[in-house]
Amino acid sequence: MSSRRSRSKQTGGSRITDDQINDLVTKLQQLLPEIRNRHSDKVSAAKVLQETCNYIRSLHREVDDLSERLSELLATTDTAQAAIIRSLLMQ
Amino acid sequence: MSPMNNPQDLNPSSLKSRFTTRFLRALTKINGQKPISSSSPREMFQRYRRIKVAADKSMAWSVRSRRTWSRAMLWKLRSRYSCRQASSSRRSSVRTSTIIKSRQAKTSHEKENKNTTTGQDEVGFVVQADKLRKLVPGGEAMDLCNLLGETAHYIKCLTTQVQVMRKIAHFYSL
Repeated sequence: MSSRRSRSKQTGGSRITDDQINDLVTKLQQLLPEIRNRHSDKVSAAKVLQETCNYIRSLHREVDDLSERLSELLATTDTAQAAIIRSLLMQ
Repeated sequence: MSPMNNPQDLNPSSLKSRFTTRFLRALTKINGQKPISSSSPREMFQRYRRIKVAADKSMAWSVRSRRTWSRAMLWKLRSRYSCRQASSSRRSSVRTSTIIKSRQAKTSHEKENKNTTTGQDEVGFVVQADKLRKLVPGGEAMDLCNLLGETAHYIKCLTTQVQVMRKIAHFYSL
């Protein structure tokens, strides 16, 4: 635990405490769908970061797939629907 | 299907509304730009690229400059746009093949990641933090505290983006 203090040298002048890092890691953990429900003591910070990386990558892939799907759908649909869709989504 | 009970949806200035408006506007523009005469693979790919860029750009614009990652993404998109304007069409066709290859490489690289965090927790943390820096736009220049905060906001925006895109795709396929 105390060896984490050596990492603060990378950040330059500001002192970052372990508590701050733990707070932020806990906050991140709440956003992840898989390990959100697990008890926070049992999940290490490295594991949270790893899951975060995997989650971001999967979100990127989903955006890619949805963009592909939208490009195919755009080829076959009328543009006037966009206004209808916007009004539907805004309700 | 979609829960309209969330009060945030009704707020016209919420992130979701701002993103939806911008993105739909961009989609209409993309659709009106080129006549969808042929569905050659190259045109499909270009349209896919344009939609993806429009989605990322719409989200970054909806966040504006309030976040480091959105500023970094807008800067990257702007510099890529000005770079592309200067290049010839031949160069962009070379880029499309490299982009396809990098997409395939990305999915295969992800499988290797499950084996990395063995051994000490310390080393694992720093290694994962570096990986995170590459994923979050502008992450290379942030310190650890900012990186974690920006990541949380970035994930929140990405999930909103995916939600809205899914809804739009669903409506279009009806």
